[in-house]
Amino acid sequence: MSLLEVKDIGKTYGSVIALRDVSTVVNAGEVTCVLGDNGAGKSTLIKILAGVHQHDRGEFLVEGEPVKFASPREALDHGIATVYQDLAVVPLMSVWRNFFLGSEPTTGFGPFKMLDRKKGRETTKKALSDMGIDLRDVEQPVGTLSGGERQCVAIARAVYFGAKVLILDEPTAALGVKQAGVVLKYVAQARDRGLGVVLITHNPHHAYPVADRFLLLKRGAALGHYEKSEIDINELTRQMAGGAELEALEHELRQVEKA
Amino acid sequence: MTAAIQSQPDERVAKKGLTDRLVVRPEIGALLGAVLVFVFFSVVTGQFLSPLGVATWLDDSSTLGIMAVVVALLMVGGEFDLSAGVMTASTSLVTAILATQAGWNVWLALLASLVFALGVGAFNGWLVMKTGLPSFIVTLGSFLALQGLNLGVTRLVTNTVQVSGMRSTSGYESAGGLFASTFTIGGTEFQSSIVWWIVVTAIAAWLLVRTRFGNWIFAVGGSQVSARSVGVPVVRTKILLFMGTALGAWLVGSINILRFASVQANQGIGLEFQYIIAAVIGGCLLTGGFGSAVGAAIGALIFGMARQGIVFAQWNSDWFMLFLGVMLLAAVLVNNAFRRRAERVRR
Repeated sequence: MSLLEVKDIGKTYGSVIALRDVSTVVNAGEVTCVLGDNGAGKSTLIKILAGVHQHDRGEFLVEGEPVKFASPREALDHGIATVYQDLAVVPLMSVWRNFFLGSEPTTGFGPFKMLDRKKGRETTKKALSDMGIDLRDVEQPVGTLSGGERQCVAIARAVYFGAKVLILDEPTAALGVKQAGVVLKYVAQARDRGLGVVLITHNPHHAYPVADRFLLLKRGAALGHYEKSEIDINELTRQMAGGAELEALEHELRQVEKA
Repeated sequence: MTAAIQSQPDERVAKKGLTDRLVVRPEIGALLGAVLVFVFFSVVTGQFLSPLGVATWLDDSSTLGIMAVVVALLMVGGEFDLSAGVMTASTSLVTAILATQAGWNVWLALLASLVFALGVGAFNGWLVMKTGLPSFIVTLGSFLALQGLNLGVTRLVTNTVQVSGMRSTSGYESAGGLFASTFTIGGTEFQSSIVWWIVVTAIAAWLLVRTRFGNWIFAVGGSQVSARSVGVPVVRTKILLFMGTALGAWLVGSINILRFASVQANQGIGLEFQYIIAAVIGGCLLTGGFGSAVGAAIGALIFGMARQGIVFAQWNSDWFMLFLGVMLLAAVLVNNAFRRRAERVRR
């Protein structure tokens, strides 16, 4: 059974059809990659999966059970963790406080319940090093980390708190080549630990090496849905870039040159 | 391997010196300022260090300090409460009117004003969260509304703009014993509001850095969207913070009415900015997400020391405003420099 499955899912905002008839699956230990240009419906899709918005057509199944999340908290309770591009962390707070934010370890009883700061610090350090992320000091504000490191902290957090599905919203968009490589390495690591990963990107070169399945979106609808064996990177890039449209444009340009 | 990671400090982190560790504390600037002001007035005036002098400036700092601390928590949570100053008068008035005009027992009247305060606080918080409007403008509204209510209701009930005669009400003695008594150290009387100030500061400091709720305060002030996406109950946290400010205003209102036994309907107006100034001097960022309860208490101490020190030195009190302005600017510059350091983004 798939961890997540959406069948002919759709969402309208007033008279705007943001998403229609999109289907895909997310399996444990596999990466499903969602590709598409700006406005293709990528964000709408992940917001439905993350519980920020609700779908109004089609079916959304979590481990076979149809669901409709009322809040991100509910999605989290179902084991679906989302790491947003820039909203993943609170910059002024320390690494370990960010790591445990919303699920803090406590000691003591009743009104005297306190944060377990020692446990927080040590668990953070250990969870990060288990993912192969080596931080100098978990007391430093997250704002002092690089963009890639911050993504990694958020990914490690999701893995630590037992996420079954990890949704990554353009994790490599604002990063340099090397940093993007590091983040993709952790995506692969999360996958190898048995998580289902949804990777949103518009860069086929980032998507192809780690993904098992590709969902291409365009103007709110599915443009194609491929297993990795069905498509190579050149074809993926061609489809991403507009495919047939681009060829028509090229043809037109040649006509102009001739004239 | 993992055990080594847990127990051994990372070899790449140099053992931080005392100064390095202190510099990142939000209250350090305020502490230096307090020492400076203390030494200055101790040298300039003889009275400042006398027991009576100390009692005077501690008293002046105490009620301001209680409010500065609760306002600091709210500011760390990313919001303002401009109705906090006038709330101290509103709670006094509710207590006084119920006790003197309706003949209620003072304890019962205190309970009623507590419910009133928490209600106003919850309303402020709910409105801010519901509308998404800046709390600056929402609480400016409730500030003006309360100011009008204070004057209007007082005039309706008493035909004057003050309520007095608390001393003859039932329960005044026992309630006064809790909120507005004095204690003696070495022959000098100190107000019990100083003890309240210390207690409130200790509780707030503990709440802010040692509890889960404190973690949420930093998170909702630092980045509300991130906090919500990891499951922090943002709305509840912020409403509770507004209620906390109202609770502080109730405490100060109760201390005032039981100490002076009368209250002016126009009391408290303008104090809200003093609370914010004290909190900022204590290291709170105006943008939220960073600050300290102890710092705000020290900010209030600077306020009290300077205000009374200027009186002891027999200068014109006009100079106090100049001092305040310079102090505030210095604090904002220091805070700003810190923020840039802590929030700097390396790509």
